Amino acid sequence: MDRQLLIASTLCFFTALLRTLFAVRKGIPLHGRFNFFAIGLGFLFQTGFLSIRGHALGRCPLTNLFEVFVFLAWSVALVYLVIGPAYRLSLMGAFTAPLVFLIQIFALLAPIDIPHPVRLPADPWLEFHASVSMIAYGAFALACVAGVMYLLQERQLKTHKIHSIFYHLPPLTNLFSALTRLLWLGFALYTAGLVSGFFTGGPLPRLKMTCAFVVWIFYGTILQVRHLHRLAPRRVATLCILAFSAAVSVLWAINFVSQTHPT
Amino acid sequence: MNLFCVGLSHHTANVETRERYAGVCSERALQSAGGCTEALLLATCNRVELYGSAEQPIATGELLRVLQKCRADEVENTEAFYRYDGEACARHLFRVVAGLDSMVIGETEILGQVKKAYEGARESGSAGPLLHRVFQRAFRVAKQVRSTTDITRGAVSVGSVAVELAVKIFGDLRERKVLILGAGETSERTVRALNSRGVTDIRVSNRSRERAEKLATLVQGRAVSFDQWTAQCGEIDILISSTSADEPLLTPALLEPMLRVRADRPLFIIDIAVPRDVAPEVNDMEGVYLYDIDSLQAIAEQSLAMRRQQLAAAEKIIAEHVEDFSARLGGADTRAASLSPRALASES
Repeated sequence: MDRQLLIASTLCFFTALLRTLFAVRKGIPLHGRFNFFAIGLGFLFQTGFLSIRGHALGRCPLTNLFEVFVFLAWSVALVYLVIGPAYRLSLMGAFTAPLVFLIQIFALLAPIDIPHPVRLPADPWLEFHASVSMIAYGAFALACVAGVMYLLQERQLKTHKIHSIFYHLPPLTNLFSALTRLLWLGFALYTAGLVSGFFTGGPLPRLKMTCAFVVWIFYGTILQVRHLHRLAPRRVATLCILAFSAAVSVLWAINFVSQTHPT
Repeated sequence: MNLFCVGLSHHTANVETRERYAGVCSERALQSAGGCTEALLLATCNRVELYGSAEQPIATGELLRVLQKCRADEVENTEAFYRYDGEACARHLFRVVAGLDSMVIGETEILGQVKKAYEGARESGSAGPLLHRVFQRAFRVAKQVRSTTDITRGAVSVGSVAVELAVKIFGDLRERKVLILGAGETSERTVRALNSRGVTDIRVSNRSRERAEKLATLVQGRAVSFDQWTAQCGEIDILISSTSADEPLLTPALLEPMLRVRADRPLFIIDIAVPRDVAPEVNDMEGVYLYDIDSLQAIAEQSLAMRRQQLAAAEKIIAEHVEDFSARLGGADTRAASLSPRALASES
């Protein structure tokens, strides 16, 4: 039942992706409302899936890589839906849907839904730490999406090669402002997640902590150079993409290691 | 009831011929002398068209005779006129209102002009049930064509391309600062286009202080001494340059120190001077977007080409509406003819 909900959710994101591709290919206007509702419906199915999993496990469903990726996809959709219309820039939904779709299709197809070898006890601090960190990843993912959109628009403006997508993408300054706010939101949540990690019952795994701090420092540095105007917006956008790619890789590594070395 | 359209447009007549018929005849005259049951005159700079309905078919010559009688000097030029009846008339009107028959494909001004003409005819009582139906349907068609195709997308003149690019860089233009370098006519047109989007901080710099002040007054800006224009580059967001200088006024070496004080604010440079005022290498600098007259024109032409690509989709929508409208009209015009003004208003 829970996997069926996830498949239904993936289909919602896939529909939004197809609609975007069709609209861009045919050169017809893209309406954000369609993507918003498709993502909203997909989010409801995701929530259903996580709820069923959570009840079955008796804790927050973040016990294996499969659940981590689904939770990440859920966080991206959540941040997209709650950031509000001011930052939910036109076409951001069109870019968000493919990202969520890719994360979920990977989670569904890869053989990673392996039950955790050790039945983990419920620890509120641990669950808070894990869930807040994942929502922070959702904000970083959207900052990455805004970064991709920024680079796409900037390139068209620089090279004078205007494609039909140019008219659908938001202005550079709005994109950069959204990117910065998403970075701050993600950083604040990630910091909260990191700090709450110290209150968990078990011993702190050194590798996890190191990786988490590397990600935290990476994003902190981006925000600092952005604050000091040391880097051009284009470079900040590029760094956002690199940072998210690195963060997802680290997330993978952390969960892979914790599954292969559970103690 | 016969629905028809007789008129001339930029496709069939030059401006001299068109202006001879613009505003010379009233709808009432066409009803009383021409035998039309309903009449609506659409007169824009690109077309003069009579839309009407009659119990019995009226010959084009008869309608032209009435049109020309309204004129002081009678000049025969019937070749420029075209006529559409029934379904073809509806199709023509739908194409006109959707901007497909305009000089600049997809322009939206025509919709407002047709709405104004329709309101006038309705208030005067010369537009009845049949014209009401066909015009209301035309407005629906225009809305659908606009919202489901990219026919109105993209700017098609140098000034509007500049504004569109500025919007895509800065978003809201109200707080943006503009410097005009050189008081040329194209600069004035471009800054007026920016002005229409809310830009109020306009500075004008020219070798002749007098001309700078004159243009500054025209665009409600302020004149800046020509030897001070470089100092402005740290503050401004948009630079419009059109001087007659033989050598580039702005080079990377000159701009670099100014960019340092701008933090990460983008700078949009519109260089419409020939020879160019800004060295092309400036476009390679971080956060600077340089467009010369050729690149602006290329985008305008690209937009037009993109609009042309949308023609087939727009024509398809129109064909569907024409078919549906004709089918409905087949049995409904008698009922429509008996509609009261109140019922007409509720239909709209």
